[in-house]
Amino acid sequence: MSLNTMSSTVLVEAQGLCRDYHVSGGLFSRSSVVQALSDASFTLESGKTLAVVGESGCGKSTLARVVTMIESPTRGVLTLDGHTISAEAEINASEQAALRESVQIVFQDPFGSLNPRQTIGRILEEPVVINRPDMPRAEREAQAREMLNLTGLRPEHYDRYPHMFSGGQRQRIAVARALMLEPKVLVLDEPVSALDLSIQSQILNLLIDLQERLNLAYLFISHDLSVVRHMADDVMVMYLGRVVETGSASEVFECPRHPYTRALLSATPVADPTRKRERIRLEGELPSPLNPPSGCAFNPRCWKRASRCTAERPALTPDTGHRMACFYPLNADGE
Amino acid sequence: MALLEVRNLSVDFRTAGGQFRAVDSVDFTVDSGEVLGIVGESGSGKSVSMLALMGLLPWTATITADALMFDGVDLSSADAKTRRSIIGHDISMIFQEPMSSLNPCFTIGFQIREALKAHLLLSRRERQMRAIELLQQVGLPEPEKRLRAFPHQLSGGMNQRVMIAMAIACKPKLLIADEPTTALDVTIQAQILELLLQLKEDTGMALVLITHDMGVVAETAQRVSVQYAGQKVEEQSVESLFADPHHPYTEALLAALPERANSKRLPTIPGVVPGQFDRPNGCLFSPRCTQADTRCTEQAPQPCDAALGFARCHYPLSGGEPCR
Repeated sequence: MSLNTMSSTVLVEAQGLCRDYHVSGGLFSRSSVVQALSDASFTLESGKTLAVVGESGCGKSTLARVVTMIESPTRGVLTLDGHTISAEAEINASEQAALRESVQIVFQDPFGSLNPRQTIGRILEEPVVINRPDMPRAEREAQAREMLNLTGLRPEHYDRYPHMFSGGQRQRIAVARALMLEPKVLVLDEPVSALDLSIQSQILNLLIDLQERLNLAYLFISHDLSVVRHMADDVMVMYLGRVVETGSASEVFECPRHPYTRALLSATPVADPTRKRERIRLEGELPSPLNPPSGCAFNPRCWKRASRCTAERPALTPDTGHRMACFYPLNADGE
Repeated sequence: MALLEVRNLSVDFRTAGGQFRAVDSVDFTVDSGEVLGIVGESGSGKSVSMLALMGLLPWTATITADALMFDGVDLSSADAKTRRSIIGHDISMIFQEPMSSLNPCFTIGFQIREALKAHLLLSRRERQMRAIELLQQVGLPEPEKRLRAFPHQLSGGMNQRVMIAMAIACKPKLLIADEPTTALDVTIQAQILELLLQLKEDTGMALVLITHDMGVVAETAQRVSVQYAGQKVEEQSVESLFADPHHPYTEALLAALPERANSKRLPTIPGVVPGQFDRPNGCLFSPRCTQADTRCTEQAPQPCDAALGFARCHYPLSGGEPCR
């Protein structure tokens, strides 16, 4: 791909994406529905990074599963590379297979995501074998060796097994596997949280390099805000399945408007002992998604709570750019 | 006199591939009411040195030390009975995974009362009262109800509070927290760290905080010891460590933090931490160090003096420049 053809095109567009799970009740309790993801809308362009941040149970992994078509959305429309996926309009299998090539995923734990009984060569070639069965074997192998080179590994690693590699190298293998089908979108589900600090920066640099070279779009899921701040162009903050604030990384980090974003930022430890801490203490823990609070999901922990917050749920502000779902958004001074 | 004084502690493991030195002549001291942070990557021996102190290592481990003095008692030469009266009473420890450190078959209350029963002469009723008091102290709502709950009925943050309640049950003089917040979300992490610091203020106990998170160290510790591949490479007060690191490893580690980066591409440390079979001669960090020369690859450095943060380096940094 030459540089002048790299214009940014919208690759992923989500409109009101929802994913419900049915939880079967026991013998005596009724079954219920968990809304793991509600009403998520965003766009992702080529060459850009959209980061999704939030605590456990906020729906960020569900979002990754919907975008990678591991699960289909319950409601809403997802447009991937010009093809529309929705609950109403089932797409046929061949179209889905073609779409799978353009969206690939890298998982958090490189120790669990690589089959210990396959050589690196087989691991890398497997997606090609499945999706492009008519590609000759020699070509496949050449592509795998080239991919090892591209991700900072050595071609002779082709015949080795995953246990012979360190955590950072395994994550490189996982990235290489995801790139074998030349995807346009890479979903990165906590790609560096299992790695040591000195290895983390190596993998982040690799991801930055690959994005520049291949014009990839990243959906970057992480709970580490300092990594997100470094990597992301746009940020989406989620709480209990809903987007509470979204905007460019600089807007969200410099001037968080939603109280939850502000609390999350203030709770993140900063590696600077001279910095004066002004910590916002959040009381309590995440409510159960089975039984979410009425109104704004954040209201039981919010220090700005008013009666309106418990009565109705705030929608995302309609303007483009920096949007938040709060009745009483904070200004730059946190008021 | 320091509350805990460890001199020249080494731990060797007998493995199928021969002896492996996990902790290599580590020294540290902890004073009452102080927070000592121990940072290092995986395999740096930070947990093993504390487990050695607690006597929690398996039989394959050989512990040697010039001194393991706690509050005037030498733990390395003390008999089993004396050790038992100290471990869990005056020194206690909390671990990374609260879910797997608690026994899933017993209620929270049983497990807290068990710790009290083992160390204090209290009646059944007094133990119950103390358990309720402890849960209140760690900020768990409805303590009477929680005591009847099993670990799976509580969240990770609540379980970590229960672990802390058990650890402080006998009013320890030293609490060792081994990655206490790594498995928790950031808002819960902030609550737990605040609780630990509050308890330290209230009881005057010393706190040893083992972590790999530079942010957590910067916000909680007063003094920091940096470990690499089983050795202590540097020790300084937290402010001076972040302002002027003396060992090249510390410097590289801090530079690799995304929040300290001033360009999109981060500075990296090439290579990986040496393992059992690729331990280098000389300085253990020399294969990854940018300023290593032949002296570094041949001769193991000794720690420098206190002004240079006890840096285990031939050419310690001062103001970012190596002193040759």
